[in-house]
Formats: sequence, C-alpha cells, structure tokens
Amino acid sequence: MEFSKDKVREVAKLANLRLTEDEVAKLAVEMSGVLTHMEQLSALDTTHVEPMAQVLYPAAETAALRHDTVRAETVLGTTEALANSALSGSGHFKVPRVIER
Amino acid sequence: MEISKLSIGAIRAGLAAKEFSAVEVAAAANRFAAAENSKTNGYLTLSAEEANAAAALVDEKLARGEDAGLLAGVPVGVKDVLSTKGIRTTCGSRLLEHYVPPYDATAVAKLKAQGALILGKANCDEFAMGSSNENSAFGPVRNPVALDRVPGGSSGGSAAVVAQGTAVVSLGSDTGGSIRQPASFCGVVGVTPTYGRVSRYGLVAFASSLDHVGPFARNVEDAAILLEAIAGRDDLDSTSAFAPVPRYSEEMQKPVRGMRIGIPKEYFAGLESETGAKIEAGLEEFKKLGCTVEEVSLPHTEYAISCYYIICTAEASSNLARYDGVRYTKRAEGDGLSGMYAATRGEYFGAECKRRIMLGTYVLSHGYYDAYYLKAQRVRKLIAQDFAKAFERVDALVAPVSPFPAFKIGEKLADPMQMYLSDIYTITGDLAGIPCMSVPCGTTAEGLPVGMQILTKHFAETDMFRLAWNFERATS
Repeated sequence: MEFSKDKVREVAKLANLRLTEDEVAKLAVEMSGVLTHMEQLSALDTTHVEPMAQVLYPAAETAALRHDTVRAETVLGTTEALANSALSGSGHFKVPRVIER
Repeated sequence: MEISKLSIGAIRAGLAAKEFSAVEVAAAANRFAAAENSKTNGYLTLSAEEANAAAALVDEKLARGEDAGLLAGVPVGVKDVLSTKGIRTTCGSRLLEHYVPPYDATAVAKLKAQGALILGKANCDEFAMGSSNENSAFGPVRNPVALDRVPGGSSGGSAAVVAQGTAVVSLGSDTGGSIRQPASFCGVVGVTPTYGRVSRYGLVAFASSLDHVGPFARNVEDAAILLEAIAGRDDLDSTSAFAPVPRYSEEMQKPVRGMRIGIPKEYFAGLESETGAKIEAGLEEFKKLGCTVEEVSLPHTEYAISCYYIICTAEASSNLARYDGVRYTKRAEGDGLSGMYAATRGEYFGAECKRRIMLGTYVLSHGYYDAYYLKAQRVRKLIAQDFAKAFERVDALVAPVSPFPAFKIGEKLADPMQMYLSDIYTITGDLAGIPCMSVPCGTTAEGLPVGMQILTKHFAETDMFRLAWNFERATS
C-alpha cells in the first residue's frame, strides 16, 4: 500500500514527533512496506472471533482490586519526584508558557 | 574460584564451605566485568559499589548463621530497562542517558532480598525494540562467541554477559522473543515465563499486553532458581498472577519418560538447514529419553508477524508518549509546549523507536483502529487458540528459536521488514502468553550456537524446565 510523505507528516504530528525531511522520505517507504505486509490479515475471516484484549490468568475478575489507600512505600517526595525533571523550580516541573496573559 | 564459570550451586557450596566469602566473589566479579566488558559492550553501567555492599550484607548474615537467600553472593546482570534505585537506567536510549530511577523494579527488589549482587546494567536495543542489539544508542553488543556477530536482541547485553562470564545469571525482558533469541545466539539458557508470572512493576513499559521479565543462565538449574526468586504475585502490578510459585529447580528433576512432545510443522518451513538438523537431532534425544514425538499444526502462524507488529507498535506508541521533555531529564527547545514535545522526541528517539511510534500511532488513529488493532486482537485470539488445541494432545512443543544462528553486525540493518520476519518462531509464544524457553542445542560447523525452544501451556513452567533439564543432562 502507498504511504505518502504527507501522510507521514500527518501521523508525526499526531505522535508529537519532529522529523527531518530525510526521515519523512525514509519512513514513507518503510511504512508502506510494513503496512503492505500487514494487509494479509484482511484475508482472514474473524467475524466470530472475540478480540483478545488481555492474557487471562486463573483468578476472579476482582482479584486485582485493592483498597484505595496510600501505599507509603511507593510515595515519592517532591525532591525525589523532581530529581529527573528536565527543568524544575519552586517544587514544580517547568514547561514552556502554555497560556498567554 | 573461576569467576567466569561459577554456577549458583557452586557459589552456595563455596560460601557454605567457607572456600570464599561473598565479598571475595563480588571483588572478583567486579574486576572481571571491568576488564572484559569492552570486548562485548555487554554492560552500559557497572555498579561495583552496590555489588560490594550487597556482598558485605550476605557475609554478615552468613556469619550470624542466618539464611542469606536463594541468590546469596550471586553476581547478576540486569537489563537496562529494569529500574534500579540509584543506578541509572537508560533503556539503551539517549533520551534516558542520565535518568536515575527513584525506586527498584519488583524483580530487582526480589533479587536484592535474595542476596544477589547486582554487577551492572546490561545493554539492550532502545526501549527493547530490536532483534540484534544494534538499536542501542550506546553501541551494539558483540556476541562473545563470535565478536563480529550480533548477540541477538533486544536483551543482547543480558545474554552476552552470561555467555562471557561477566555475570553468573541475568535478567532480561521479552516482548517478542527478546530473551529466547539472544539466548539462542549466545549459547545460553533464556526463559520467558507465563505472562504475569513475574511482576513488571518498574520494567519500563514497551508493549504492556506482551511484556515479560525473565532469566538468563548458563544452565537450566540456575535459570529455574532465578525464576523462583523473581516470580509471584505483586500488588504493585495488577496483571501479576496469583498462582503459587513451585520450586522449579527441585520439581524439574524427574524423568521425562512418557511426556508427549508436539512438533509444530509450520515452524520448520523457512529454516536454515543446519539449524533444522540440530533441532531434529535434539528431538531424537527426547525420543531416547522416552518421550513421544508427534507433528501438530499451529495454522495461524503465518499471521503472527503482522498481528504482533500491530499490537506492539500500538502499545509502544501509547507507552512512549510519556517521554515529553518534562519528567525524564532530556529536553530540546521548540516552539511552545507542543513544539518542545515534538523537538525532544525527534531529537532523542532513535530510528527504530520512531518507526514503531509512527506505525503504532497510525494503526490507532481515527478510522483505522478496527482495521488494524481490533483485527490484530482477534487474530491474536486465533493464535492463542492454536496453542490451546495443540496442548490438548501434547505436553509441550519443541521448535527452533530462530531460523538462523547469529548474523553479522550490520548484515540485516537495511530492511526493517526482514529483521521483523526473523522473529517468527518466538513472537507466537508472547502473543499466547505461554511459557517458553531457549536451551542450547549444539553449534553449527562455524561454531555458532543453536537454541531449541520448548513451549508449554500457561503456568506449566515445571514441565518446560523438566524437559530442558533432562535434555541438558543427556547432551552435555
């Protein structure tokens, strides 16, 4: 199947991914190749097959539910939580301005 | 003590007889890893201090006469997609080059609780995406068996450090063959347990419905012991299974006479002849051990690659959305908030990650979801049903791991689709969520290892280990 450079740019926008023109050209070819291979699935009749949304394991459906309480061992303090931030200040993650005054 | 050849059993015996201390094991292992790592690039980060500290704790416990754990004094490598508190975890990506997790993955915490010495973080394909370890941002891993060849991927470093002897055992992750294929390429044992058998808490997510954590070892017993140590229910991973964890390493030590082995005929079509001959010879061994061998069919195998690459890219594109230039150390400048997101991701993701994010975003995008993702989930069900039907007749399946042995570095990089197709025999097990492993099955005329795959039904790891352990004893 064809996959145009414009289509690559459109999907890249959805994926929040900046691509160079070289990458756009290369991905157009590669995605066309992979998606062509994937077209084989349409030949298979799956009308009466339930989708396998997850791998089931032998337990009750509610077994994985827990009480909605704080688990101290998984709580991070502000310093720890911000330790890997790209940019932080005053105990917050800092991002480029979103709302103009 | 020959550090590169130690087994878990030998370490236990040596510590018990006071031939050496855990601190001495750590020192020797750290020294050997530091000296040898440049040959293979198997480790991205060495954590000698942490290993020494853990060893001191083990020695203290032993001196007090306490149980120091299943893995007391055992040097372990950990794939760099598993979070290690205070030790940087790069996922083979420039994006996480300086990321230091504030917590341990459950599998890592369990290693520590059992007295393991974490020697370092093993190289891997970026975010575990790849079949050759050539997608690591920090350089490929070289196969210790043949340094001009790939170790397989994505857990290439985890396989290499065990094969090289710079770890006794290691942890890897498997989403579409990423434990078994490198194990087969490097001539070691690699185990993908049942989906949910090992907690994924702290495993950096790639494709959540397919991700598994599992062991590498130089023999079946060590792999079984390592799985005992890391398996089990974890409240921090709601997909982890409640089923009790058997003592695999003891229960596997039973004869296999009378066990029924199935040969999936679809797995022998596109095989290189030497690999095929090794697997055939392996099957003869099982017959000698008293197993019955019969042909079975997994008719939907030909659809597995398409099914897998739709599901895994879709899930990857969602999971990797979190790398936005805010929380994970790296940021590139762009126009406004969304410009910064796009610039960061464009700058720091490698080519394979971008390809999978793009494919995944496309198959999940408006108007295509039913045709791709939902369709693939239905096909996944058919593939899982193929296995369920086969296991009505047989106790286990035996198959190749890879159609060919380790290839040369650079050989398959040009065409991503060819690289994807090489995963055909391993991704089916991940799609079905069943336990499967690679066990060494001889070498080619060139001396390259061939791995034999053993697959059993959900939670039948004991049967799988039993076959592998008996096979190993019969052939070594």
